[in-house]
Amino acid sequence: MEEEVKQTGINEQEEYIINMGPQHPSTHGVLRLVLSLKGEVVKNVEPHLGYIHRGIEKMCESITYQQIIHLTDRMDYLSAHINNEAVCLNVEKALEVEIPDRIKIIRTIMSELTRIQSHQLFWASFGMDLGGLTCFFYGLRDREKVLDIFEETCGSRMIVSYNCPGGLMYDIHPNFQKRVKEFLKYFRKKLPEYDQLLTGNVIFRERTVGIGKLSLEDAISYGVTGPSGRASGFSCDVRKHEPYSAYDRVRFNEILFTEGDTFHRYFARIQEMKESMNIIDQLIDNIPEGPYAVKMKPVIKLPEGEYFQRVETARGELGVYIISDGNKNPVRVKFRSPNFVNLGVLNHIARDFKIADLVAIGGSLDMIIPDIDR
Amino acid sequence: MGIKGIKREEFIDNESLDLLKGSGSNILLTTIDDVINWGRKNSLWPLTFATSCCGIEMMATGAPRHDFARFGMEVYRASPRQADVIVVAGTIVNKMAPVLKRLYDEMSEPKYVVAMGACAISGGPFFLNSYCVVKGVEHVIPVDVYVPGCPPRPEALLYGMLQLQRMIETESIKSRRKRNRSHDSK
Repeated sequence: MEEEVKQTGINEQEEYIINMGPQHPSTHGVLRLVLSLKGEVVKNVEPHLGYIHRGIEKMCESITYQQIIHLTDRMDYLSAHINNEAVCLNVEKALEVEIPDRIKIIRTIMSELTRIQSHQLFWASFGMDLGGLTCFFYGLRDREKVLDIFEETCGSRMIVSYNCPGGLMYDIHPNFQKRVKEFLKYFRKKLPEYDQLLTGNVIFRERTVGIGKLSLEDAISYGVTGPSGRASGFSCDVRKHEPYSAYDRVRFNEILFTEGDTFHRYFARIQEMKESMNIIDQLIDNIPEGPYAVKMKPVIKLPEGEYFQRVETARGELGVYIISDGNKNPVRVKFRSPNFVNLGVLNHIARDFKIADLVAIGGSLDMIIPDIDR
Repeated sequence: MGIKGIKREEFIDNESLDLLKGSGSNILLTTIDDVINWGRKNSLWPLTFATSCCGIEMMATGAPRHDFARFGMEVYRASPRQADVIVVAGTIVNKMAPVLKRLYDEMSEPKYVVAMGACAISGGPFFLNSYCVVKGVEHVIPVDVYVPGCPPRPEALLYGMLQLQRMIETESIKSRRKRNRSHDSK
């Protein structure tokens, strides 16, 4: 790693600067952090962005609404389905299209499956960040089961592109319900293993409890959403406060903690997996018959105006803001991505902790770098 | 199951590999080559380098179901100095290109490059309209194997890595040197 040492004598107590990234295994991608250190204690964290900036927002201005869906997959690839849903809901809201229940329920089930597989990967990589390689194998073992369901219905493992404005690309596979039920039965049995392996581990608790505390006031003023914000007591679940798709007809708890440390950011995600399974349980037997897509015009033109839709991805609140002038291409598209906002708090909570704690804090925010840079 | 256990008919491009092999050298040299290549191809350690979605599929390839380690791609190395192969998993943008080049330069010989996914091959979904995406990683570093897909399935990456092993098998000390020189002049 590149190291830039200011002129320091041995006995002087000055800060020195060290580079972390862009190629560093614990930054989960190509994030570059410039750290000011005093001994081993982090004094300042300065993130440098743009190492995976592909200009998605600008690209959206020259393509049609159906094509935008496929770019949103590549932003937060672990919540691919939820990102698609955000754009679709926005377009449908603008055109005032009535969506049948069947589509709403299938979308909700798929969103929750996406959330589960995202949190599984979080668990796997968070354990690996803290030195527990076993978590990596266990987490990805279970994640493959969800990907099998995706593959059967959507034809793709991760980048599903299953939504389109007006409904779904194709109908669900006849095995879908059976496979989902099998998975729930399997995963209910396996989830306690996660707790045994990591949650109760003494070394793990030593490294996470009380580290990187984020108070409720700071969480609100920095706009930290998702499980990271809810671990600080910030009630920000869009599924609860502004229900979309079929979330208004299911009962689930919003996971809230007040501690706001690294451990509770981790624990909120474990609890959310249970809630997601409960949501799927309520819906999986109640998929009504009907068409899987509403007939839309081949060229979608939104009426002139501004449209905004927010959804809850696995990492927080994603907002899609579209300005249209009545043509087939949007004039401006803006994504309020949860990871970008959550990254902003890193300097605040990692200050005065050791450099090894920075890895734990960064891991617990569960950042996806392509979503930050877009 | 090693690479030798796979039947010859199951590989598609045997002819091109035979062409590479038939460059001609003496018995002593080929025997040494065989020994060296055997060692190289069975211990390909990849660099932990992932920029976007393909990285997750690369992780899945290392996970229990697909298990990289069966073929000698045992461990992901975080330092380029310990790695043999760099799997370019994901989009490379203009700001990242110098970093990638530097990582490649830091790796010690022999080194190989696998371009994984549409973005690394040609820019993929960002080929048109994007102002900052490198349109194919071969503009930055020389690529040995291309694995298409967006993102490729773990099986596809495994197949690509097996093809790389196959390519290493045909290498000679002589031809390897020649290849390096041609890259330097580029």
